[in-house]
Amino acid sequence: MAFNRRDFLKISAGAAGAASLGSFSSLAIAGAKPKVVIVGGGFGGATCARYLKLWDPKIEVTLIEMNDKFVSCPFSNTVLGGVNKLQDLTFGYNGLKKAGVKLVKDEVVGFDTAKRVVKCKSGKTFAYDRLVLSGGIELRFDLIEGYDAKAQKTIMHAWKAGPQTATLRKQLEAMPDGGVYALSIPAMPYRCPPGPYERISMVANYFKAAKPKSKILVLDSNADIVSKKGLFLAAWKKHYEGMIEYRPNSKPTRLDAAKNTIVLDVEDVKADVLNVVPPMRAHGITAMAGVRDDKDNWCSVDFRTLESKVAPNVHIIGDSISAPTPKSGSMANNYGKVCAAALVELLNGREAEKVPVITNTCFSATSSKTAIHVAAVWRLSAEGKWEVPKGATGVSKEESEIEWHYMESWAKNIWADTLAL
Amino acid sequence: MKNRLTCIALAMGALYLGSTAWAGEPADSRTRTMAANCSYCHGPDGKSRGAIPSLAGLEKGYFVQQMKDFQSGARPAVVMQKHALGYNDEEIEKLATWFAAIK
Repeated sequence: MAFNRRDFLKISAGAAGAASLGSFSSLAIAGAKPKVVIVGGGFGGATCARYLKLWDPKIEVTLIEMNDKFVSCPFSNTVLGGVNKLQDLTFGYNGLKKAGVKLVKDEVVGFDTAKRVVKCKSGKTFAYDRLVLSGGIELRFDLIEGYDAKAQKTIMHAWKAGPQTATLRKQLEAMPDGGVYALSIPAMPYRCPPGPYERISMVANYFKAAKPKSKILVLDSNADIVSKKGLFLAAWKKHYEGMIEYRPNSKPTRLDAAKNTIVLDVEDVKADVLNVVPPMRAHGITAMAGVRDDKDNWCSVDFRTLESKVAPNVHIIGDSISAPTPKSGSMANNYGKVCAAALVELLNGREAEKVPVITNTCFSATSSKTAIHVAAVWRLSAEGKWEVPKGATGVSKEESEIEWHYMESWAKNIWADTLAL
Repeated sequence: MKNRLTCIALAMGALYLGSTAWAGEPADSRTRTMAANCSYCHGPDGKSRGAIPSLAGLEKGYFVQQMKDFQSGARPAVVMQKHALGYNDEEIEKLATWFAAIK
């Protein structure tokens, strides 16, 4: 009935308001627009920016992003498989601009979290009431000897979609039939747990059609396939029997890029196309802001608000956080909304929701026509821990064509949702 | 209906007009966030692009019944049984009301 009803929000201000609401004190100046600065325009940061403007248009939202375009990591394995083109998963930020988000193309070089200022490479500075860091991951090339700047020109990780994806695809296209493609997978936790195994499936799908004598070596630092194991193994047997060799506990120690060789504990492996995904940790901006845990490598947050446990007014979302939830685009999108909802409450002098509910749905392609998924729902307990209700998690019964269609629909919807397309 | 987004201002406060009419009744922020978290699969505002069904405008009773049937297994599901089991009856009612109000 009251669909068009307007709610009048009055911002409490002045001494009485500020005194009774601690986190609100920074906004004590009557009439000041609350300022949120978000660093990183991926699934987490873009979603958070969009929903902040949607839910409280008076908040001034600035999104600082280094790149002109958003390139989706989800679906980038289908580019390697030749099913999609990189431009199919590349989008601009115009939707967010239209939604009222101030887009700034710049690189963050420092923070003053006491004075609440972000410093950029251009020399510009941005003041904030609340800061949101959504930088994603930092790749630890330094943990694999020989994975230096020169080696990085020929050996791809392709774990951040973009030019790396395009180059790896070219390498696969140039590989002769009968060649060897090797993928080195880091130990958990890393971005997108099923991603490496989906990549294997997509490359195998391409080889099966274009160069069927080729081999695929999976060099997994983990003791076993970490996600959707039974489903991937069934798909590999069904579609690509004899092509894929899986080797667990295959942590790399050194790279010899000139020889396209990766050195493991027990052997050296030479490949025609060597694809090495290094270990990872929370993005460097979190260290710059002093919120990355040196031992844990990720950022500890209060899941009600995504606020750092060590720095007030600094919130971290997406892959950078330490959490039992997977580092996925779906999760980053959800965390972006939970953070936006909490910020709207906090910046209006109210309390954040006590029991947020978040969900994850990750599809993986197993061939150019079939896909599988894993899904889960988490509810925050009174102790601040994520709990999965009974039965609220699981994977596909088997791969299916309908899930390929759902996966495509998921992609269109999450891109539209995240970027206001 | 009581609206959690309406708060009484203290004296001297600046007045802002904030429309929360994005997705209709009930405009409680918890349901709003929960409903928003459906949209990465079901589309912004529950309006889907592609094979995943839209939620916008679904009749309330139908929505509730489908979620209960997903929970029990009476309606076979590819993905939704897991999601349905993550919510309690009250939340399902509120989500149903929320999506029913979207035109």
